[in-house]
This record gives sequence, C-alpha cells and structure tokens, in this order.
Amino acid sequence: MQKKTAYSFPDEILEHVFSFIHSGKDRNAASVVCKSWYEIERWCRRKIFVGNCYAVSPTMVIRRFPDIRSIELKGKPHFADFNLVPDGWGGYVLPWISEMAGAYPWLEEIRLKRMVVTDESLELVAKSFTNLQVLVLFSCEGFSTDGLAAIAASCKNLRELDLRDSEVDDLSGHWLNHFPDTYTSLVSLNISCLGSDDVSFSALERLVGRCPNLRRLLLNREVPLDKIANLLSRAPQLIEFGTGTYAAELRSDVYSNLAEAFCNCKELKCLSGFWDAVPAYLPVIYSVCSRLTSLNLSYAPIQNPDLTKLVSQCPSLQRMLVLDYIEDSGLEVLASSCKDLQELRVFPSDPFGEEPNVSLTEKGLVAVSSGCPKLQSVLYFCRQMSNAALVTIAQNCPNFTRFRLCLLDPKIADYRTLQPLDVGFGAIVEHCKDLRRLSLSGLLTDRVFEYIGMHAKKLEMLSVAFAGESDLALHHVLSGCESLRKLEIMNCPFGDKALLANAAKLETMRSLWMSSCSVSLGACKMLGQKMPRLNIEVMDEKGPPDSRAESDPVDKLYIYRSVAGPRFDMPPFVWTMDEDFASELS
Amino acid sequence: MVFEKDLNLYATELRLGLPGSSEESIRISNKRALPDMNDDSGVAAAKKCDQETAPPTKAQVVGWPPIRSYRKNSLQTKKTEAETGGMYVKVSMDGAPYLRKIDLKVYKGYPELFKAMEDMFKFKVGKYSEREGYNGSEFVPTYEDKDGDWMLVGDVPWEMFINACKRLRIVRGSEARGLGCVV
Repeated sequence: MQKKTAYSFPDEILEHVFSFIHSGKDRNAASVVCKSWYEIERWCRRKIFVGNCYAVSPTMVIRRFPDIRSIELKGKPHFADFNLVPDGWGGYVLPWISEMAGAYPWLEEIRLKRMVVTDESLELVAKSFTNLQVLVLFSCEGFSTDGLAAIAASCKNLRELDLRDSEVDDLSGHWLNHFPDTYTSLVSLNISCLGSDDVSFSALERLVGRCPNLRRLLLNREVPLDKIANLLSRAPQLIEFGTGTYAAELRSDVYSNLAEAFCNCKELKCLSGFWDAVPAYLPVIYSVCSRLTSLNLSYAPIQNPDLTKLVSQCPSLQRMLVLDYIEDSGLEVLASSCKDLQELRVFPSDPFGEEPNVSLTEKGLVAVSSGCPKLQSVLYFCRQMSNAALVTIAQNCPNFTRFRLCLLDPKIADYRTLQPLDVGFGAIVEHCKDLRRLSLSGLLTDRVFEYIGMHAKKLEMLSVAFAGESDLALHHVLSGCESLRKLEIMNCPFGDKALLANAAKLETMRSLWMSSCSVSLGACKMLGQKMPRLNIEVMDEKGPPDSRAESDPVDKLYIYRSVAGPRFDMPPFVWTMDEDFASELS
Repeated sequence: MVFEKDLNLYATELRLGLPGSSEESIRISNKRALPDMNDDSGVAAAKKCDQETAPPTKAQVVGWPPIRSYRKNSLQTKKTEAETGGMYVKVSMDGAPYLRKIDLKVYKGYPELFKAMEDMFKFKVGKYSEREGYNGSEFVPTYEDKDGDWMLVGDVPWEMFINACKRLRIVRGSEARGLGCVV
C-alpha cells in the first residue's frame, strides 16, 4: 500500500499555533496526536495544573515540561476542610519548590491549595524566583509571617499575594514593612485570614498609597472600622474590597468619612469582610450597592430587617454569600431584586443548635430558584427539605452547574411526606444536565444513586454522607457517572463489592475518599495488588491495620491514581496498600 | 415519569414519630440520628416531649455539618486573650515540614513541656545545665521572647517563661551555641 507522506508544518509554525491553546485539557489532547506534536507541545507549555500533588513527582513534571512559568498544585483531600484529615497527613510543598528552584528560574505564578507550606519553603521561593508575580496560598498552613516577610522583601515583581483561608502563624505585623519603598506593583492583596492584633497599619497604609494599580484588597478582622476611610481614600480605584471588623461606636465623623470614602470608589464591585457588623454603619455602603456584583456577608451577624434592606439595594448582584439570618423572607426579596444572581451561598448561624434559631427553610431556596433565571451555583444549609421543593427547584433551574445542599440533620427525611429525598435529588440530576458538582444530604436510599448514575453524566464531583443502604449505591455511581473525577463519602454502609467491581473506574478519577464506611482491609489489600497505578492509602490513628482482621472496616481510605508510585512522606497513621504490603507485614 | 412511582418503604427504614401514630400528624424532631446509635424513633420523639429535663447533649459527628473551622470560629464574638484562657504558641522543629500548636497553660513546668515536645516531634531534649545549656542531644529547644530575641528554654523561671514566650523552635544543637541567655 502506498504510504502518503504527510505535508508537515515546520516546528515553529506548530509552536505558534500551540501558543493560542491555553487550556490544559486541549494541550493534553494535542500532545497525544503524534510524537512530534508531543515534543513541540511540551517545550512550549507554560502553565501546568496538578490536581493532586502526589499523582506525579516534581521530577517527572520537570522532565516533561522544561519551561513552566505558572504552576498550580493541590494537596490534601477536600474533607480536610472539615477536620477529617489528621495533622501531618502530607501535602508538603517543599519538595516541589526545591526541584523547581533549579529548573524553573523564570517561574511567575505559584498557586497552592490545601498544602503545607513552611517558612523554609517561602524563603526558598523568595530566593529562587525573582520574577514571581503571583503567589496564592489557598487553605494552606504551616507558615508564619516570617515567610511572608521573605516574599515581601525579595519579590519585586509581585502583583498578587492571596492567603485565602490559610492558617498563618502571626508573629509580627511588621512583615508588611519588608516591602521596599520602591515596590509599587501590587494589584491584589488578600490577608483576610490573618489574626494578629498587630498588622502594622501604617505599613499597610503606605503600601496601599504607593501602589496605583491596587484593585483588590481584603483586610483581616483586626483592622478597625475607623481606619477604613483613610485606606480607601488612598485607593479609590479598588474593584474589590474586604473590610475588617465592621463594628464601632456610632460617631458622626467616622460615619461621614466612611460614607464619603465609599462613595469615591467609583469602580467598587465586590465587598466582603463585615465581621461583627452592626446595622448602624451599613448605610455607608449604600452608594456602592447599585454597582455591586458580589457581596459576602457570611461573617456578618446582622439580621432582618437591616439585612434584607441592604440586599434589596443591590440589583446587580451576581454572587451572594450570607448567613441564614436572611431567612426565607429575605431570600424572597433577593429573588425579586437580583435578577442577575448566579451564585448563592447560605451558611448556618447556629449549626449545632438543637432548635432552629431563624426561619430559613426550603421556601427561601425555591423563591430564589424561581426568581433568578441565571442561578447556577448553590450552597445551602438549612434544617428541612421536601421532595416537592427539590423538584420545583430543579425545574426552575435546569442550568445548575453546582448544587450543594446541607441539611443540618444529615439523615432527615422529607418533612412533609417523611419519604427519603431520593426523588428530589433525582429531579436535580435529571433536569440539570450540566451539573458538575453535587453534594447530597438528608435521608437517602440506594434509589438516589440509581438516578445519579443514570442522569448525572457531566458530574465531576460528588459528596455523600450518611446515605445509601448497600453496595449497589456505590456501584451505580462508579458505573454510571462518566465524567466523575472526585468522589468523597463519609459514614455510608457500603464498600467492598462495589469498589472491587469498579476498580478500573478508579484509574479514570482523580481520587476517592471514604471514611467511616464499610470497606474492609482485605478489599483494600486486594485493590492494592490488582491496581498498581492506584495509591491505596489506609488511615487509622488507632494502630496498624495488620493488628486487626482482614474483614474489619478501615477507618479512612484515600485512593488516587498516580504515576509516581506510593509516596514516601506518609505519617505513622497512613499505610499504603501496594503489592508489597501483604508480604511486608507478615 | 419515574418520580411519580411510590417508593417502597423498607421495614427498617428510619421513621420519625411515636410508634403506632399516623405519619402525617407528627412533626419531625430535629434530633440528629447518629449512625452508630440504636435509636428508636419512639425514643427520639419521646425525648422531645420531655422538656423538663435538660435536652441530651448532642454528640457531634466529626465532619458534619461540613463547615470550615474558621467559619465556626467567626460566629463567636471576638474574644480577648484573657477570655479564651489559652496561651497558644506554635512549635516548629528544624527539618520537620510541619508546625504544631501547644497551650503553655496546660503544663506545670519545664519537664512536662519537654515531654510533650518530645512526643510531638520524636526527639530527646537532653540534659540541661545552666552553664552548658543542653547536653547529650542533637536538638535544643529555644523560644522567641517578647523582644524578638531567641533564648534557650529553661533559663528563666517557668512563670516568667510562659509570659514571655511567643513561640518555640527546636533547633539543631550546632545552631544553638551562642544563644542569648538571661543572667
């Protein structure tokens, strides 16, 4: 047969074409077309996302991609946010920084989520990456303001420093002083997680004053309200602002200064902070309200009618985070005022209270679903739900991409019919064909999982707690959800059979977390032997698994695919079930 | 449509309400059903009626509701140091990739503090003498005081120490030479 010679483009042209492809998925697809595309692509890839820092080693990344400028790494499993992952589990960034220090001297962006970052790591970052522009530490821990001082002192081109939700050891507010006087490039600063009483306010003021491109400034709780006006007057170009504590004695001079300062911020679109907020000072932001697209009041203890009055003044809202003080009545006002709303998060003000302290029920969510046609993303904590409400919500909002419902009593039934909530969640997955993320709660049988497996074809992340009755439930999900990447399960009565029957599926996912379920040690060992490219990690703080019977359920199980093999930095309470495990311990 | 079908109720399915009563007329109790407990629905509802006695303390399930700890903390009003009562300082050790936090008020003196640190970081403190510092150990406990100076732990009386100590750091013995000592 005659072989047609391909008329191939010179490498430079292919590289130029690739420079327009930014999405990692597209680049991955291009790289498997043929060997020469693989080679060209890897030399010109500049940005990499590693969803699980243990799925690949830094050496492997560097070997394949010699010139990366932007890296994003994620460490601990999501349930670490809720204290399910003990201290010392892992997710250390130091090995990555150490290797990248030599390989990527031109690194510009580092984004980390749920990783342990020590001062030593930050000092190494400061020393090695002189061109660093973006440092985002999202839900990280392990470092102090000393590490931040090193970054401030050395990173002359830093534009963005974002410590969102991280746990920082505040030793001294003076780290801000380490930004040299010549440093003026700050665009985004998020220090809302800092707790120190000693954020050097004068240093902050000077910093803000000399950075004309500052667009985003999120302060920590310790910054008093009477300092805000001065700060805002130095940065009227801000687009996003987070206050500190929003409580103070009502004083007319403070009030009018604040009102004027906010009024002068003509580009302000996003507000947050509002810790300890008192109603007296809320009207100072009224001049900004009509422009606001994002409002985070989830730390504000304000109640109705002040809360609803504020919300009613913000017709442009796209994103709303609030405590359940808003109540059903406030959500009804939101539904009628904010037609552009895309994302709603309602958090509980008294999550452990025995009785409801506010009148927030399923009715509020139904109202918003009905009034806000663009609603796509919901996180809703409440105490009662019905299938009828969920069906209505699903029919109102077929465009949902993220739906997370948290009933404070995790096994509560439909309060009107006492049925499980299977039908309601079934309606969600059936109507919302683009649903990517789903969190279930309430009384749920295997049925709901059957619906999910049948309909949730675009679902990427599923969170389950106290649900289901048998392995069928897990089997439905693993065999039906084609796009599933992350599955996290707590306190459900299933395990072995479904896992073993769907072992291959696990290699197509990023990770699976199961805690307080019924997965036996024997099944874990079998999986470990059968699936060499999965890391099967069993976590048990009570002692080594071999001290118990094979049929005993493991406490916590974390399974993830990896090309790097089992990790070496496991703490004493984590065991990996690789092929050698069985022989090692006997 | 599939959702209109009646679901079969299993005999063991959780039901809320007093035994023998019709389902429609019972208001759902907000009591949380703990997974391990053998909770008859009758017991839960009966307890709701029993308001004279204090309601049973709810054992909280770890991880539920799924709320981050900083959110839970922010719901509480800002407490002053005096109110919270604890004296938390962070402890780090050279070479260990993690930090720990301890409450100094929990310990009565240096021996207990050292034991806790040894357990946390798996090392031995060594013998202390005023003249020579710590002997017989690769690692030495140090602390940063209110002035920002690094001192050897054990130089000053315990009460003075816990009031002055801002954080602890376990350093390699070689680096501890020449640390400022009070006296």
